[in-house]
Amino acid sequence: MAELDTSGGGGKKGKKVRSKKQSTRVDLTAMVDLAFLLITFFMLTTSLQKPQAMDLAMPDKDKNNKDAELAVKESRTMTVVLGSNNKLEWYLGLLDKPLEGPTVTDYARDGIRKVLIEKNKAVLAQGGAKNNGLFVIIKPSDKSNYKNFVDILDEMKIVNIQSYGVSNDIFKPEIDLLKKDNLY
Amino acid sequence: MPRVKVKRQSTVTDMTAMCDVAFLLLTFFILTAKFKPDDPLPIDIPASTVQIKVPENNLATLSIVKGRVLFGMSDDDVRGATLDKMGKQYNISFTPEEKKRFSGIDAFGVPIKDLKAFIAANGEERKKMIPGVPVDSTNNELNQWLLQARYATKELHNKDMRVTLKGDNKEEYPTVKKVIETLQDQKINKFSMITSLRVVK
Repeated sequence: MAELDTSGGGGKKGKKVRSKKQSTRVDLTAMVDLAFLLITFFMLTTSLQKPQAMDLAMPDKDKNNKDAELAVKESRTMTVVLGSNNKLEWYLGLLDKPLEGPTVTDYARDGIRKVLIEKNKAVLAQGGAKNNGLFVIIKPSDKSNYKNFVDILDEMKIVNIQSYGVSNDIFKPEIDLLKKDNLY
Repeated sequence: MPRVKVKRQSTVTDMTAMCDVAFLLLTFFILTAKFKPDDPLPIDIPASTVQIKVPENNLATLSIVKGRVLFGMSDDDVRGATLDKMGKQYNISFTPEEKKRFSGIDAFGVPIKDLKAFIAANGEERKKMIPGVPVDSTNNELNQWLLQARYATKELHNKDMRVTLKGDNKEEYPTVKKVIETLQDQKINKFSMITSLRVVK
């Protein structure tokens, strides 16, 4: 290609000096490699970067509307109190005289999910037509973190619990309960 | 007797067509790619099993990280309009230049009195200016930001603004509680939380 013709003049006199025809072929291998690498990169980043949105509906916090509170049968009501160290505590019914619990468990598959599935089934089995399964009240304490909060809401979706609510007013006895079990 | 020679086949293939297609695809992916905005603070979002995508427009994102709250709006025009309204609310006048610069900011976490300095700063300096938007009961600027952004979205796009929470895994609940209560005060009882997809084990 870029070489000087050093084969000496002389020799063939009279003949025209022809410039050698250059090939127009370029090696495209490297370029194609690069292009496909970039394609792969963009394909993966575009499809995976989309975050998911988990919807959450909070109860109406209208101070004048206290009587809108719903009465739920205590055997149907499960309260889940989120404590520290990625642990939580649950009980059925009222805290003064719980029907079951309070029990400490965690967010693993054999933890709260198992309990939720069992209790939900039990409630559905005993209830009539008006019964919509377990009613779960989630009470995150000040020592729990955001991950715990999302995890427990995710469990609700996984176990398919229709009625659940997040309550931000946690009562003193519940905090005492967490303290007793070293979760606060 | 001359030996019969097998003609050597050339190993060179014409890659022009392949190259064309590759670059066409590349262009397509580059143009459609939407990178996630650069967070001023790294946020480790929790995983969940839900598979509903976050909408891209008419959205306000409240990032909660290290006890601080950052406020972000998805649309440029809404950002500008919200800044105008906030200026009126707090008697701070913003120049058109500042408004333009603010329209390019994905998220911020400064009190309104420091906003001018924040807008004037460049990218690197901005990363150091994140004390968070005040959400205390005495000085709840987040409440105002949300309210004005909702007005602006309604006026400009005639749509209701959606609110999403983007919290860090390690974030302690009290901060989250404060933000949720601020939302509830405005009767935003329905909002979303941004999560990543849980990998099934």
